[in-house]
Amino acid sequence: MTKMTGAKAMVESLQKEDVKVIFGYPGGVLLPLYDELFDADIRHILVRHEQGAAHAADGYARATGRVGVCLATSGPGATNLVTGIANAYMDSIPIVAITGQVATHMIGNDAFQEADITGISTPITKHNYLVTDGQNLPKYVKEAFHLALSGRPGPVLIDIPTDVFKNEEDFHFPKKASLEGYKPTVKGHPLQIKKAAELIKNSERTVIFAGGGIITSNAHEELKRFAETINAPVTTTLMGKGAFPETHPLSLGMVGMHGTRYANYAVCDTDLLIAVGVRFDDRVTGKISDFAPDAKIIHIDIDPAEIGKTIRVDIPIVGNAKNILGELLEVLVKLNNKKWNDQIEKWKKEYPLAYEKKGIKPQFVIEQIYDACPDAIISTDVGQCQMWAAQYFKYTKPRTLITSGGLGTMGFGLPAAIGAKVGCPEKTVFDIAGDGGFMMNCQELATAVENDIPVKVAILNNGFLGMVRQWQELFYNKRYSHTCLKSKTDFVKLAKAFGAVGIRVTKANEVRSAIEEAMEVDETVVIDIKVEGEENVFPMVPPGASIRDMIG
Amino acid sequence: MKHTLAVLVENKPGVMARTSGLFSRRGFNIDSLSVGVTNDPDMSRMTIVVNGDDRVLDQVRKQLNKLINVIKIVDLPSNNSVERELVLIKVTVGVDTRSEIMQITDTFRAKIVDVGKDTLTIEVTGDEGKINAIIQLMDHFGIKEIARTGKTALIRGEK
Ligand SMILES: Cc1ncc(C[n+]2csc(CCOP(=O)(O)OP(=O)(O)O)c2C)c(N)n1
Repeated sequence: MTKMTGAKAMVESLQKEDVKVIFGYPGGVLLPLYDELFDADIRHILVRHEQGAAHAADGYARATGRVGVCLATSGPGATNLVTGIANAYMDSIPIVAITGQVATHMIGNDAFQEADITGISTPITKHNYLVTDGQNLPKYVKEAFHLALSGRPGPVLIDIPTDVFKNEEDFHFPKKASLEGYKPTVKGHPLQIKKAAELIKNSERTVIFAGGGIITSNAHEELKRFAETINAPVTTTLMGKGAFPETHPLSLGMVGMHGTRYANYAVCDTDLLIAVGVRFDDRVTGKISDFAPDAKIIHIDIDPAEIGKTIRVDIPIVGNAKNILGELLEVLVKLNNKKWNDQIEKWKKEYPLAYEKKGIKPQFVIEQIYDACPDAIISTDVGQCQMWAAQYFKYTKPRTLITSGGLGTMGFGLPAAIGAKVGCPEKTVFDIAGDGGFMMNCQELATAVENDIPVKVAILNNGFLGMVRQWQELFYNKRYSHTCLKSKTDFVKLAKAFGAVGIRVTKANEVRSAIEEAMEVDETVVIDIKVEGEENVFPMVPPGASIRDMIG
Repeated sequence: MKHTLAVLVENKPGVMARTSGLFSRRGFNIDSLSVGVTNDPDMSRMTIVVNGDDRVLDQVRKQLNKLINVIKIVDLPSNNSVERELVLIKVTVGVDTRSEIMQITDTFRAKIVDVGKDTLTIEVTGDEGKINAIIQLMDHFGIKEIARTGKTALIRGEK
């Protein structure tokens, strides 16, 4: 067995886990590790704020399906990761966050740059480790990657005191992580599968309700075959976009607060809701007692704690969605629900997503981006821009929409786009941002420019914190309390200041050419698009209302 | 409804915090939580008394199970478990009440473990009914201080 320092052991362990890239930011306690990274065969991308590192690792994980890795120093470095970790936790994204900690003998003394990051991150990680004995370091790394990616994925944090990086220990990297208290169920229970198949055969108005679990488990092919076999329409959550091609005749688009009317109506009238890899978030269900009120519910999820958490379920099936859909396909025969599908068609014709064409409408911008690069990876910030990006871009492949679903983190879009571009360099990555959220992590333009990560940013510049303004318009008598940005900020100059390309768009007929220009150059581009200021995201289910009662 | 759960956890730093944090974070109400190492020094056993309906209990169980350090969770049915709690009660005594208190202590098979100038400290173990009864009785004399371990329990028989 070879003896090596903890820093070296860390790098070795990461390499054994096939880590190709780390998003990080150095600091005092990390000096020994950064010294190792200096000539290690791992790409390190220096971000400009640790929150950017966490979101980039998250975006990388969403785009590739691999574990994203971020690295930050003790104290403020670690606490700067917190939002990013919480974001990954809410959306079940596999990241490993590595933080430096003050020396073991200093822990608990309020030492310089000490923060109890394992304590702080316990509620927002799947698991975390404080490595007090260097011998355990490789084992914990092994476990962390295993935990992050398997079962219901999620962030795992490893906190390492600086002396552990310096001390020499025998290096032993385990082949397998063995965790007695962790055995996720992956195969569906045969009896439940049988019961579900029976129910599916005997239902007339089935709706499939698919979420991020499909994407996580790579079950999109199975989902398509499943939907086509039983001839049932498919609606998705925001996280489920890309799980089912939105160009498919059976696609209903998104359900929920800003879902399509036809998806919401279908869910209200269904007699069998097959929920796969979803968690019945309140933004989806609206008033829970009115969600699929007459339906039997089959709930397929890898996390048993999601079953029955917010809604009654008739047939729960715990396991991996890919396996379970595959198992169901084996016992199902082709079904035809013409009457139901006709009804759905009717709703689709009657209530399409629509907006009035006038000035530069943000919806129009999204349509143009879709038209210009339908195969792009879209990352979004949070707010109206996010909802329009969800509504007006048609996602046909998994891992093409990268968006902060559960936490709704403004500032996510740009660093996540950077992570996605690093993971998928051959793809166009477009960040769709609001003028508010873009500023929350715009420093990451420097990361993109200086590391040659040419992402494209479209700022839907409406001069407002649009989504909040919309609620003020609708529910607070148009009292726009602190949501008007009155911004004198020049995003074109800002882009240029960072060494990126800046394009301003003030007319509708410039939109397309700006998008094309952005795609032609192999550089980071920011397009500042002056869109209609007070456009609203419609349709909309007012908070707490039934999803049948949509406005707009 | 009260339910008693035995939770087998890894005996590692931070495990208590993870577990109790989960309860407050998820809004679960716990009546008591007691913990101690088992015959296997790597394992601790927590006994948790939870207040809530079946749905809450189901969530408690499932969310606890998601903690990586939790190895096993067992429901302890009240009709088929030995349940005990240890309580220390410091009561005020006077010349006129001393013998009565000692008599009650005897009846409950409790022990006097400390004698002060005008206090007696009583150690009592028992199930909930017994503990409640003696506390109620001692209350008449004036309880100065009380310390309870919280419930601990095992299923009856071989299981
Ligand atoms: C970090 C953070 N702070 C606050 C919010 C609350 N919030 C949700 S949407 C929104 C407005 C976003 O404005 P902008 O980025 O300009 O996008 P728009 O809605 O105008 O498209 C705000 C403030 C949030 N989601 N995240």
